[in-house]
Amino acid sequence: MASSTPASVTKLGGGLRPPSDASPQEDLRGQSPRSKAATSGASRSSSLWRDGARRLLRNRLAVAGGCVVILLCLIAIFADVLAPLPYTKTNFARLNETPSRAYWLGTDQLGRDMLSRMIYGARVSMLVGLGAQVVVVLIGVPIGALSGYVGGRTDLIITRFIDVMYAFPRLLFVILVMSMLGAGLINIFIAIGFTGWVGIARQTRAQVLVIKEKEYVDGARALGAGFGRLLRRHIMPNALTPIVVAVTFGIPEAIFTEAALSFIGVGINPPTPSWGQMVGEGQQYIRSYWHLCVFPSIAIAVTMLAFTFFGDGVRDALDPKLK
Amino acid sequence: MLHYALSRVLWLPPTLLAMALVTFLVMHATPGSPLDPIAEGANPLSPEAQRNLAKYYGLDRPLHEQFAIFVSKAVRGDFGNSFVYKTRTVREILAETFPVSLLLGAMALALAVVGGLTLGILAAVYQNKGWDYVSVTLATAGVAVPNFVLAVFLIILFSFVLPLFPTGGWESPRNWVLPTVALALAPMGIIARFTRASMLEVIRADYTRTARAKGLGETPVVFKHALKNAFIPIVTLLGPMFAAVGTGSFFVESIFRVPGMGRFFVLSMTGRDYPMIMAVVLTYGAFLAIMNLAVDLVYGVLDPRIRY
Repeated sequence: MASSTPASVTKLGGGLRPPSDASPQEDLRGQSPRSKAATSGASRSSSLWRDGARRLLRNRLAVAGGCVVILLCLIAIFADVLAPLPYTKTNFARLNETPSRAYWLGTDQLGRDMLSRMIYGARVSMLVGLGAQVVVVLIGVPIGALSGYVGGRTDLIITRFIDVMYAFPRLLFVILVMSMLGAGLINIFIAIGFTGWVGIARQTRAQVLVIKEKEYVDGARALGAGFGRLLRRHIMPNALTPIVVAVTFGIPEAIFTEAALSFIGVGINPPTPSWGQMVGEGQQYIRSYWHLCVFPSIAIAVTMLAFTFFGDGVRDALDPKLK
Repeated sequence: MLHYALSRVLWLPPTLLAMALVTFLVMHATPGSPLDPIAEGANPLSPEAQRNLAKYYGLDRPLHEQFAIFVSKAVRGDFGNSFVYKTRTVREILAETFPVSLLLGAMALALAVVGGLTLGILAAVYQNKGWDYVSVTLATAGVAVPNFVLAVFLIILFSFVLPLFPTGGWESPRNWVLPTVALALAPMGIIARFTRASMLEVIRADYTRTARAKGLGETPVVFKHALKNAFIPIVTLLGPMFAAVGTGSFFVESIFRVPGMGRFFVLSMTGRDYPMIMAVVLTYGAFLAIMNLAVDLVYGVLDPRIRY
């Protein structure tokens, strides 16, 4: 009786484990109680991820979105190889030309190849999307976890601050920070990180608040696990799902923010090409040279849709309750 | 209820004050000043002239004093003169442009609510059929694609391919159509998605089954029993929706050359027009805070189950 309980627990959790795995019963009985908690946590989460991946692959829209995302990443990485011309190469004999065999997507106001600029634009978009999320997670998760775990006055001050940040119209604040700092890639990271962490901090805090009351956390604490270990090994792995979902949606949001900033001229510094900046400059000449803003617009639309479909898929796959 | 409403109203001034303080700090903590523009080709002023100007605009005082002066004047609705448009006060500019933005925003919001509800209901009633896919696709596109990109597509489609509407301006209602649609699509998508989810839940609820069981036709079931209940969570969406429309209007206004407040948004920020920045941020902030408050209170009235 006594030995069947932990075995059935592992079976339930690690359902996808191949049976050849060293007999879980033996495994568990031989270990100290503390690492037992850790193992069961790890196997549970790995099966959650594997189940999630399976559900994600069944979602056709999400797979299509994922493929586009991968393609965009490849374009961004291999931009130097793929682009037919350098993005700064001007040709004043052929300004504002519509698509032709020499220039597949035409040329811009300075006679630069639109296709090459679009390819390098993908690099900026991906860089901002991923880089800004790294900053957001690095700031938001620790603050949220601290606030949720410590509670009391610290929590009160942090949540008050988060509420005030929330009251700000987000994009307005980013524009404010950017116009004060000046355009540039690093500043975009700072501006998005500075304003974007509140959402993820809130999520993390809510998760930690729930999880820290769970019995297994009490158990780990009773066995002498310290503050850092509790957060790292017992609380955070279980709080991860909503954070992953938030990040999947945060990436397109950051891409959108960069495009919007560059559109109004406070984002990426020229001559580095950015899709948003190309739309912003091109839309002024939309009557005469439609191709200047249409192609980057399509690129932004496709990217955003791909990330959204992929993100929706990830959310549905990791959190079936939400569907 | 009254207690809750009162405490929420009392929280408004401190929130706005905090917002003003954060904006003020961001403005002053970053390098550069209105007198010494970093912009290329800016006219370099002699140090004496800079000092005179600083004195004239009160920029030579310590920061806490400047902030106190700002607050004491702003409470009376005086935001001072714009640094960039030197002959006009900020209040004049806002009085002229805010109504335009408000009209555009209100029209967009109305369209978003009507369109979003329609799409959401259609999607839920015909779940996993043609209508569902059409409305989910439309909703996703509206949410995901930035409105300035949508605006470009709208101009191409409805000004060039089918020359129905002008590409910009604000003279006649015909000019209003495209900006309103461009601004409405994002909130419309959000409303449609939530309506769909909320309706799907309600349609499966016991009381809907009861309504069907007693022989009620499809129309009264959907509109009287399901929609009424599905509507409640949608009301909470209106808060963030005001924010989306508010900040979104800036891009739409600049593409369609609408003479609204949005135009001054970035001009004031890149020009370091301190009085204008404070006024714009606070106007948007106050508007959003009040709308959020109104939405929360309405929510309590609509759903008697909510207790504060």
